[in-house]
Amino acid sequence: MKSKTIKVDYLARVEGEGALYIRYDETGVDDVQLKIFEPPRFFEAFLRGRDYLEAPDITARICGICPVAYQMSAVHAMENALGITIGGELRALRRLLYCGEWIESHVLHIYMLHAPDFLGYDSAVDMAREHPEIVERGLQIKKIGNAIVSLLGGREIHPVNVRVGGFYRAPTVQELQPLREQLLKGRDMAIDSVRWVASLPVPEFERDAPFAYEFVALSHLDEYPMNEGRIVSSGGLDISPQQYEDYFTEEHVEHSNALHSVLKGRDEGEGAYLVGPMARFNLNFDRLSPLTRELAEEINFPRFCGNPFQSIIVRSLEVLYAFDEALRIVDSYQRPEQAWVDGTPTAATGYAVTEAPRGLLYHHYRLDEEGKISAAKIVAPTSQNQKTIEDDLRHLLPRYMHMPENELRLLCEQSIRNYDPCISCATHFLKLHLEKNE
Amino acid sequence: MSVGKRTLKSAPKAVKPMPKLAVWKFTSCDGCQLSLLDCEDELLVLADKVDIAYFMEASSRQVEGPYDLSIVEGSITTADEAERIQRVRRESRTLITIGACASSGGIQALRNFADVDEFISLVYARPNYIDTLKTSTPISDHVQVDFELQGCPINKSQLLELLNAFLNQRKPQIPAHSVCVECKLKGNVCVMVAHGTACMGPVTHAGCGAICPSYNRGCYGCFGPKENPNTSSLSHWWQSELGSNNAQLVRSFRNMNAAAPAFAKESLRFVEAVDEK
Repeated sequence: MKSKTIKVDYLARVEGEGALYIRYDETGVDDVQLKIFEPPRFFEAFLRGRDYLEAPDITARICGICPVAYQMSAVHAMENALGITIGGELRALRRLLYCGEWIESHVLHIYMLHAPDFLGYDSAVDMAREHPEIVERGLQIKKIGNAIVSLLGGREIHPVNVRVGGFYRAPTVQELQPLREQLLKGRDMAIDSVRWVASLPVPEFERDAPFAYEFVALSHLDEYPMNEGRIVSSGGLDISPQQYEDYFTEEHVEHSNALHSVLKGRDEGEGAYLVGPMARFNLNFDRLSPLTRELAEEINFPRFCGNPFQSIIVRSLEVLYAFDEALRIVDSYQRPEQAWVDGTPTAATGYAVTEAPRGLLYHHYRLDEEGKISAAKIVAPTSQNQKTIEDDLRHLLPRYMHMPENELRLLCEQSIRNYDPCISCATHFLKLHLEKNE
Repeated sequence: MSVGKRTLKSAPKAVKPMPKLAVWKFTSCDGCQLSLLDCEDELLVLADKVDIAYFMEASSRQVEGPYDLSIVEGSITTADEAERIQRVRRESRTLITIGACASSGGIQALRNFADVDEFISLVYARPNYIDTLKTSTPISDHVQVDFELQGCPINKSQLLELLNAFLNQRKPQIPAHSVCVECKLKGNVCVMVAHGTACMGPVTHAGCGAICPSYNRGCYGCFGPKENPNTSSLSHWWQSELGSNNAQLVRSFRNMNAAAPAFAKESLRFVEAVDEK
């Protein structure tokens, strides 16, 4: 067989601008490039000279899909620098806000961006013509996620209420109560959602040793990770957020405006690793709520998921978990006396890693004695997954190259969407080209 | 006779194709186009009224132009984008911009005041791989724009109003007053007068519903300048009543709408003052 190419000039149903180029022949894949042509955006540079209190508002603008994640990593890193800790109800409210974003972002991806791949539609709107009740359910679940973010944050996108030390204003118990009914309704729909997603036809795909994934996620002793924890991996890593840069490094490759992040000192797979829902699930299964574990069992879902095409199921389980957790928080909420904890700026360095919907989000700031930012470093989940996304295509293609070319191209696109790549995030960070060697 | 007339009117309507809508992305965070997908109660109804012909974030289907309505998100930061916006304009009967990036250059316009080559070397290890312009500019610097919807992010109700007005060929009802008016309408206590909190509300375009003051903080101007804002009066008030210094004023005018003319001009006054020191 001659060399062939698969090309997608502008990937649809992902956040941001990317393309794919693959060149292959019967002996295997010659070249895979996930090209990120989304223009570079210089957030780390913009942050220099800004006040530490401004970081959550500025970094939110990195991503309109997961602004809460940026705000969370930013405020935790600043608090780390100022030496303050956030506990009690303020900590719980942040977790509630994160639940809202996980729901809104995951459901957007499950129903509007990814499910059309599994069922052969161009879009959710197209899918709605034959399955109106399913798309309607997705929209309604998403709406409740957005309602959480709006209530706590002021609006769904780029919320305004997150402050270093806590919030600008903590809601009253009465203000939070109306959420309860919506969350109960949402949790029921999330259960139906898990059952529906589990019924979707999933392509077979596994990567065995020595090409198995190294999953990396936060891990916390007694909760499913969101705002806090140690960075652990299926390869035995167990470090604090402060140690992140000792173990991970970013490489700049020519075909991408996004930096590729790799694990240092890993010969196999050249340091590629996987962050996001699958990593969180595989490393923290026993800290999911009993209801979520029950549903996983009901659909016969493995305790350890190795097929990225099943990430859509993991996402739906995390949505269910987020509803369960949000309900728990709303039910036990008491308004804190102070909406935020004050800190005194000093020349210091702060680090934080939180779990954005798409995975680990690392922020590192250096402050001067007035609390002005003198240096900032941000590593987005998609830059961490980019190498793994390319490697998946390398392993996927030999297995499916007998397929008609059009179907093969669609399968490659679906494979990329397994990671819900957020390209806007990664250009601080995709086009699809498949080329066969003729 | 009247029956005949009615038939004549409705007949072409029955066969009239749905207007074609395209959503375009330039340099942005995707938040404003997400606002359209966040219209959970209206999205499917809208899809019955317009043909969503091009919307890459939501659909693999790409119908060729021309388009009746193009919605443009993002600013122009590369030579390729500067070319692409010309093609988009040629293919669009009506073109509206959504968000601060498209309407004023957005937060990326912070580069307009700085050395971009230094920025590239700060963020990217191999600067020679990066191709970008020295400025982030609004769409209206490049092509004629029929309506600009301000906000970082836009308000989705205003987006729906804009789409509705377009479909019914009427003028959109988008209030042009300041955030202050929204605060008064909500019955908020003025955070600046009552609490001494610096607030951009008096010079900022309405549309958010005065959320920041409602959450006990000052407005940070994410909807950009209102029409004819009295920025120097606000600065003066901040200095005399709140003791704000020049650096703080520069930062406040240089956020998500740093290159909007009224804000850019005001910030420059204080940059010079900072430099003189």
